[in-house]
Amino acid sequence: MQKVWAFVRGCLLLLGKGSKLYYAWLSALMVLIAIGVFAYANQLYNGLIVTAMRDQVSWGFYISNFTFTVGVAAAAILLVIPAYVYHWKPIKEIAILGELVAVSAMVVCLLFVTVDIGRPDRFWHLIPKIGILNFPQSLLAWDVVVLNTYLVLNFGIASYMLYSYYYRREPNMKYVFPLLMFSIPAAISIHTVTAFLYNGLAARPFWNASILAPRFLASAFCSGPAGMILMFQVVRKWTNIEIKDKAIFKIAELIAYAMFINLFLLGAELFKEYYSDTVHLAPVKYLYQGLDGHSDLVSFIWTATIFNLTAFFLFLIPQTRENYVTLNIGCVLMFIGVYIEKGMGLVIPGFVPDVLGDFYEYSPTGTEIMVSIGIWATGLLVFTLLMRIAVPIMNGDFHVGEDGVKPHIGDQLFLVRKRVAVEEEDLDSP
Amino acid sequence: MSDMEEHDERVFRLTRRKALKGLALGIGTMVLPAKDASASVWESFFQKHFRELGRLERQKILARLEKEYSAQYKKSVRVKDTPPPEGVLFGYALDLSRCVGCRRCVYGCVTENNQSRDPQIHWIKVLRLSKERGVDLEHSEQYYNPATVPQEGYFYMPVQCQQCENPPCTKVCPVQATWKETDGIVVVDYNWCIGCRYCMAACPYGARHFNWKKPGLPAGDMNPETHYLGNRPRPVGVVEKCTFCMQRTREPDGHYPACLEVCPVGARKFGNLLDPTSEIRNVIENKRVFILKEDLNTQPKFYYFYSV
Repeated sequence: MQKVWAFVRGCLLLLGKGSKLYYAWLSALMVLIAIGVFAYANQLYNGLIVTAMRDQVSWGFYISNFTFTVGVAAAAILLVIPAYVYHWKPIKEIAILGELVAVSAMVVCLLFVTVDIGRPDRFWHLIPKIGILNFPQSLLAWDVVVLNTYLVLNFGIASYMLYSYYYRREPNMKYVFPLLMFSIPAAISIHTVTAFLYNGLAARPFWNASILAPRFLASAFCSGPAGMILMFQVVRKWTNIEIKDKAIFKIAELIAYAMFINLFLLGAELFKEYYSDTVHLAPVKYLYQGLDGHSDLVSFIWTATIFNLTAFFLFLIPQTRENYVTLNIGCVLMFIGVYIEKGMGLVIPGFVPDVLGDFYEYSPTGTEIMVSIGIWATGLLVFTLLMRIAVPIMNGDFHVGEDGVKPHIGDQLFLVRKRVAVEEEDLDSP
Repeated sequence: MSDMEEHDERVFRLTRRKALKGLALGIGTMVLPAKDASASVWESFFQKHFRELGRLERQKILARLEKEYSAQYKKSVRVKDTPPPEGVLFGYALDLSRCVGCRRCVYGCVTENNQSRDPQIHWIKVLRLSKERGVDLEHSEQYYNPATVPQEGYFYMPVQCQQCENPPCTKVCPVQATWKETDGIVVVDYNWCIGCRYCMAACPYGARHFNWKKPGLPAGDMNPETHYLGNRPRPVGVVEKCTFCMQRTREPDGHYPACLEVCPVGARKFGNLLDPTSEIRNVIENKRVFILKEDLNTQPKFYYFYSV
């Protein structure tokens, strides 16, 4: 127990140390968070009327962001599988970063749900025993369970491993391995349950398609890892950690397969809707063509489609996949493409036209955008702080001192541009 | 080490009350403005789910609400909790060949059921449909506004909560804040709803409405005869819906729902589906009846029919 406290104290000490850049980055995030908090306070005071949501479109930007972020959290298992099922060393070295992405993404998810509910003061109604969790009837109850499980699981695994490295011993795989294996179905479950949450509603034909859950999984293995590839490059440029090119290219290859499945499933869905041409075609038409003069989403969804297709080919062809310029273009395109497709592109057409044929075109208000920026900034802050601890531990710059109590902090700066020589070495190595 | 564990256990063995108090303090200091931090705010915060309340607890809550509403609306407000009458299953029928689309039902409902006037909340929507297309919801028009109704070539279809036997809305609620009573009416506990709006996504009839801001209900317009699960004033951030006017229909000297009474053409019929001699049974057995979105298996107890 004392050792745990010593570790926590050491970590807190470490979080306070860093370069000017580190402090500047944290301050910038704090400013964005403050803007979000201010906007949310305004929403709490006035009610959700300050959003653009109304009875016809009763979920909007918040739930769109929530849905997308669930996907980002999948990034973790795309690292866990090659690392611990196939024991592939280049990825094993960085698998813990995937878990930290998952933890941060889960924090973002839960915050987006929280800001969306009308009575956050009653959130205790969801806690079993104290309140009433309508489990297993409500899919939202399932989501509460699996999202929190996934958060605790990833946080637990990552902190135990870091804790072990801090005390300079190997983590006991007897405990960690089963948890790592469990995190694979857990990651699949967060997508499946979130998809089922929409999928189960017969009132909304746009969501009531059994292809939804597979599509969720496929697109999750695009957006999360794409974001992670970008993040890896930033991290290895600005901190002391080493991430091998091989690992990055392998992830890019996996993304190509996932995007192929995603595009195929999308095509299957579009074929069914257009060829059968029933009344259920209306929301699809609204999304892709515009319907009865309502066409707010059309330019967005075509942007997403073109981005996803372009990114797919960039990831598929080995030459463009292994060229950092084209690879990064692909990552950005895919991240944006999936953000549109699986965010607003999924949620809004569920409500337009509404169940009685009314059209209410939704686009988020300033409050919604500011609150959302605040939440994303919170996610980045959580991730930065986790990385501040993880990176030095993995590099051996942060561990328990000679006396076995005081921490040794070798990395005082964290965020700093590496010497050019090191970078060149990187490029030379095969 | 072991001492510490024991200590930890003692600390974390919280009773329900203690846990809630801690929680309330934490959130309360952040969310609630200090001037409202009176005893009744705390009482309503700690209030249990309606169906978990004992008889005494229930009475206390009703008394507290009556006191609050009476002070707020400056009149003597009654809050009942009349249970479902035995041997009754309420059903509603609407004659599409008579309805003229005047929307008196819409506003009669608002007056009776204390809906927000600003912003306006309507539990009944009247759809204008073209006779050529028939019941084609995608081409319906809710915002028709001619000088007089009915208009040539159109017919009108009022839609409100269909009080489904197999309601998709209650199933999805993560906290069981909405349920179907034994008389078939789907109700919401406004003090338990967390405002996630999943039920609104699940409802195929657009029958559920959200209080996007604090309901604007002028004291003069407030109907003081209320039911806890029905037309009592609602707080901000919760979902509400039609209850077939349970504050009227559940009483022993039962009245019809307000929308039926106000209808100038007698298009609306209401009664007990379990009573073979009731008017509603007569309609179902003798008229051409249909239900809305039959393929969804929601089994509405709201029937549309054509008398001519």
